[in-house]
Amino acid sequence: MRNNGAVHGAFRSAAMRFFSPRALAAPYVVWMAAFVVAPIVFVVIYAFTAGDGAFTVGNFAEMGRFVGVFARSFWLALISTAVCLALGYPAAYILARESGRVQRAAVVLIMLPMWMNFLLRTYAWMSILERNGLLNRLLGALGIAPLDIIYTPAAVVIGMVYNFLPFMVLPIYSVIAKIDRSLIEAAADLGAAPRAVFTRVIAPLSLPGVLSGVTMVFVPAVSTFVISKLLGGGKEILLGDLIEMQFRGAAYNPRLGSAISLVMMVIVIVFMYFMNRFGEGEEGVAIL
Amino acid sequence: MSKELIRLQRCTMAFDGDVVLNNIDLEIRDKEFLTLLGPSGCGKTTTLRIIGGFTAPTSGDVFFDGARINDLPPHKRNVNTVFQKYALFTHLDVFENIAFGLRQMRPKLTRDEISRRVFEMLEIVSLRGFEKRDVSRLSGGQQQRVAIARALVPRPRVLLLDEPLGALDLRLRKDMQNELKRIQQAMDITFIYVTHDQEEALAMSDSVVVMDGGEILQIGKPEDIYNEPKNAFVADFIGESNIVDGVMICDGTVEIFGRRFECLDKGFARDEPVDVVIRPEDIDIVPLGDGMLTGTVTNITFKGVHYDIIVDFKGFKWLIQTTDISPVGGRIGIRIDPDGIHVMSKSKYSGMFGDYSSYSAEYDEISDATVEAEPGDAREEGYEE
Ligand SMILES: Nc1ncnc2c1ncn2[C@@H]1O[C@H](COP(=O)(O)OP(=O)(O)O)[C@@H](O)[C@H]1O
Ligand SMILES: [Mg+2]
Repeated sequence: MRNNGAVHGAFRSAAMRFFSPRALAAPYVVWMAAFVVAPIVFVVIYAFTAGDGAFTVGNFAEMGRFVGVFARSFWLALISTAVCLALGYPAAYILARESGRVQRAAVVLIMLPMWMNFLLRTYAWMSILERNGLLNRLLGALGIAPLDIIYTPAAVVIGMVYNFLPFMVLPIYSVIAKIDRSLIEAAADLGAAPRAVFTRVIAPLSLPGVLSGVTMVFVPAVSTFVISKLLGGGKEILLGDLIEMQFRGAAYNPRLGSAISLVMMVIVIVFMYFMNRFGEGEEGVAIL
Repeated sequence: MSKELIRLQRCTMAFDGDVVLNNIDLEIRDKEFLTLLGPSGCGKTTTLRIIGGFTAPTSGDVFFDGARINDLPPHKRNVNTVFQKYALFTHLDVFENIAFGLRQMRPKLTRDEISRRVFEMLEIVSLRGFEKRDVSRLSGGQQQRVAIARALVPRPRVLLLDEPLGALDLRLRKDMQNELKRIQQAMDITFIYVTHDQEEALAMSDSVVVMDGGEILQIGKPEDIYNEPKNAFVADFIGESNIVDGVMICDGTVEIFGRRFECLDKGFARDEPVDVVIRPEDIDIVPLGDGMLTGTVTNITFKGVHYDIIVDFKGFKWLIQTTDISPVGGRIGIRIDPDGIHVMSKSKYSGMFGDYSSYSAEYDEISDATVEAEPGDAREEGYEE
């Protein structure tokens, strides 16, 4: 009996050592090292070296030609984020006040498109916005002149909004749904009309959700390349397209591509830093 | 007496057909301290929410200063609330929490005016120096005082308080009771206070409204509610009571345990069965031979100021509070003066309360928490020949 217990104990301690929290983290650490840290290191090395391996900042100097692409990418991402916020906030707000059953059903509906392939969704928008697509046939049936939306920045924005809207709605919704109803009652009790209840209580309390929604939409929007290629027709390339071209296209230049990626990464990190700073004082930025 | 300020008239509240307030009538006078008292779930909060405007009664009317206000939203009512869980704005500091109501006022107040009134209020609730604090970094008692300051600073005609001291420890609760009473008198406004703590209700109120199961059982001054409870529920809920079956022989005479006792009550029918309340402190212990009844001491608990003694009168146990010690197992006699006896009509609560047969030292914590239905047997033959 005692012996058995001792053996059992020894086995347990060995097992514990093997399965200690540290050991359990090993696969993830290896994964991170191989596929996250290493690529970043390569990107940095590539960005700062010339073809012969010598240190240079020439790759960055070369980027000057692409200021327009940077500006366009940030501009379109900004518009898309703003549209997502304008559409997403009211949706999240209304949703959060519905009954539990309606809320659960609506959340599933919002997530449903995300379970479909990203390319498929974007192709679907092509066939809607095309010259002879669904939209124009509908307009024609109503006797309205067709719209030339496909292959314009507007089409790119539509594509981005469609794809990224759930990332705006869900964090805002989850923050608003958690606001204590008695706070809203307290505000009304103290003389706040419905409008003031919103601006003085609900809006500030939902700010963390807005910040995380904005981050989750803006970051993928600024780096997207498929949407601009398919819906923008490649006429007006964005940062994502530019980078892709440096690695795969005719303009093969991975060192320039790395430099552009690096600059974009830094800009995004700075952006997120300020978003978090802005949201301090609130109870932590809500992560979905 | 001051004039009527708020009136609930035949108010019924039902949630999905579930009636939680049953046709209640309530009149609240200007500048009074009125307490809604009753066990958890009896409808106190619902009554308060109707007055605050957060819900409208399913049927019935609410009047404020003579005008019907059923459909007036909360932000247009001259009534502020101290919520049960404070409901402080976590995104604002103490100053801004208190200033919230002032910033909603139209015409707008000047910055100096707002600041002056907030600091004046900080003084009143002794929170000077805390104005820049985050409300989440305050203790329960401090949060409580912010909630009170926030509700008072717009100078409402009525303050609604929903179990405001429930989360505080005993010592702090006693201090805050005095504090609230002082504030109510200083501000000279109406307080409608909700509690399930009868001691608190008696200590603070001008009027007490005893509720149970969505109904108002009795409204009156604390002394009247204590001395002349209308039924067994009120008698038991307000303080300790021995409640026994009796028969009203004639005006001024009631029969308990087959013995006639002199009392001050009158107006009952001849030989009407009644409930008789005898408060534990109204019973005098006397030498065996002088007793109106004699019994055996079965339990003694030291309570500081007095002893709680349980005395067995042939199976029916009474609680007696006395400063004289009597040993367990000893036989004693008791006397009750006529004004120590209170006679009540029979009600649906008869036989449910006022029996100390299942006495334990914790009875006072249990008694105001839940209604314990006790079968009213073993009630005859408690007397001595
Ligand atoms: N919004 C609601 N929906 C359904 N039932 C409710 C609601 N509010 C209160 N009740 C019910 O009404 C009864 C009285 O509640 P309440 O007024 O909060 O009691 P108290 O404040 O006296 O404890 C309880 O049984 C409670 O469950
Ligand atoms: Mg309540």
